[in-house]
Amino acid sequence: MLRNLRLSWDRNQRKIAPYLFVAPFFVLFAIFLAYPVIYSLVLSFYQARGLGSRTFVGLENYIELFLDRRFHKAIINTTYYAAGSVFLLSPLALLLALALNAKWLKLKGLFRVAFFVPVITSEVVVALMFALVFDQDFGLLNAGLRAIGLSAIPWLRSPAWAMPSIILLGVWIWLGLNALYFLAGLQNIDQEYYEAAAIDGANQFQLFRYITIPLLKPVILFVVIQAIVGSYQLFTQPWVLTGGGPQDATLTITMYLYLQAFRFFNMGYASAIGYALVVIILTLSLIQLVAFGTFRREDA
Amino acid sequence: MAADQTVTAAKTGTPVKVRALLTGAGRLLVLLLLLGGVFLTAVPYIYMVSATFKPNTEIYSIPITLWPRNVTYFNYQQLFSEFPFARWYGNSVLVASTRTLLSVFLSALAGFGFAKYRFPGRNVLLIVLIATVMLPFQVLLVPLFIEMVRFRWIDTYWAVIVPFAANAFHIFLMRQYMLSVPDELLDAARIDGCSEFRIFAQVALPLMKPGLAVISILAFVQSWNDFLWPLIVLNDINMFTVNLGVATMVGPYRIQYGTVMAGSFLSTLPIVIFFLTMQRQFIAGLTSGAIKL
Repeated sequence: MLRNLRLSWDRNQRKIAPYLFVAPFFVLFAIFLAYPVIYSLVLSFYQARGLGSRTFVGLENYIELFLDRRFHKAIINTTYYAAGSVFLLSPLALLLALALNAKWLKLKGLFRVAFFVPVITSEVVVALMFALVFDQDFGLLNAGLRAIGLSAIPWLRSPAWAMPSIILLGVWIWLGLNALYFLAGLQNIDQEYYEAAAIDGANQFQLFRYITIPLLKPVILFVVIQAIVGSYQLFTQPWVLTGGGPQDATLTITMYLYLQAFRFFNMGYASAIGYALVVIILTLSLIQLVAFGTFRREDA
Repeated sequence: MAADQTVTAAKTGTPVKVRALLTGAGRLLVLLLLLGGVFLTAVPYIYMVSATFKPNTEIYSIPITLWPRNVTYFNYQQLFSEFPFARWYGNSVLVASTRTLLSVFLSALAGFGFAKYRFPGRNVLLIVLIATVMLPFQVLLVPLFIEMVRFRWIDTYWAVIVPFAANAFHIFLMRQYMLSVPDELLDAARIDGCSEFRIFAQVALPLMKPGLAVISILAFVQSWNDFLWPLIVLNDINMFTVNLGVATMVGPYRIQYGTVMAGSFLSTLPIVIFFLTMQRQFIAGLTSGAIKL
């Protein structure tokens, strides 16, 4: 009798225990994530000035957003940055990974560490460091350009150069991390494929094109999506370096959201910007997944 | 075809030599490019450190100097006398370590729950978590800020410790590590009469140390380098984290760049040292996103 009771308690304990284990997390999750996500959606249908008045306006915020020139500018700028990180950063990272994967290379660990340090450095500090690199008169880059006889470039001061400068900075920060993603992918490829193809007389380029690239596809997909998702959230570097200028040339979506919410106190409008960002990121990720054929059955 | 090549090679000897020479040149080129990359990565750091020892007039002078001509400690004195830098540092240490502890505790518990039990609702909860990993956190800024105001958490440590401590990504990592703990071990403990919580704390957790280290590092660095959220919820200069503080040191009226660089350098130093001593765990943590694929 007593034993039965004990046994049934044990059995129940095992049923209840998992809920107790996940509960603390989900309590915080509900308060600080689930509720705000929904609240934000609700708020995006209101005209909300600061913490005070709320007026239901339906889709007005979204319509206004659709016509907002400054928001268009923010989308174009952020897309420019995203394109830069996809088309410049990703190939460079792949090249770096290929180099780091070479069998003959010594001191691999040292190289990996060296390229990785920017990733762990705060973006604020990186931006402040690069204020001295990009400075038009006293910066390192222009000193280098002058030294080889070229003329100085107004990196952060001209609307044409400001975003390319931020893109270069992005490459500088994220190259090491992305190279390590690729490196992990390269090391997962079975060497036998290369040996078999080499016996068939394939050259280096063919090995790369017909073995490395196809087998690296999931990692490429991951890196590209990661780059897009990260790029569309750009805020810190332009905030510290240019404050969004000159002439809104480095205004990003997140920065515009911040300005609308915490400078102009348009909480409803800012919430709509937040949801626009969600839609943009999810759509682009989905397009990537489809383009890479992730949903196709025959693809294993 | 391979046979043909050998024949040619044996006859003349040149193609093999040329090939070896080309390979050598290629390797040299790759090595030079790699070293160039390391140089480009290192120079901004070196320049930052050297700027901390320069008077402002030297930072803004031509030709620029990679090494300070007139070494001064003025910037460091300025940093501690003009700004509550020590206080900022203390804030960051307190906030980052508390948030890390909380984050590790929450994700270890939940990761264990998800990895080692089958229970009704588990898959639904997991799907909810996956759905939120892709969500840009910017969408939370406005409602979370309003929540912080209602909680009266603005300008308190709570605001920078609690809201982002529960991280779905950490749970997936933890779950991944927990899956490697054999069930037999847990069952053996159960037969010995251990309660479920003791099994977690005394059997599973000690086996999870590598995972715990990775998540601690991830959480600590994220918190230390956090910027946008502290910018929103901290207005009192004495409550700033070091990262936020350093960012506010640049302004239209304060362009003591050497001092800004001194602050930047001191705020980065512990993270870099931490990284150099535990690079394996760091790299594992920061690249763990790719493992899922």
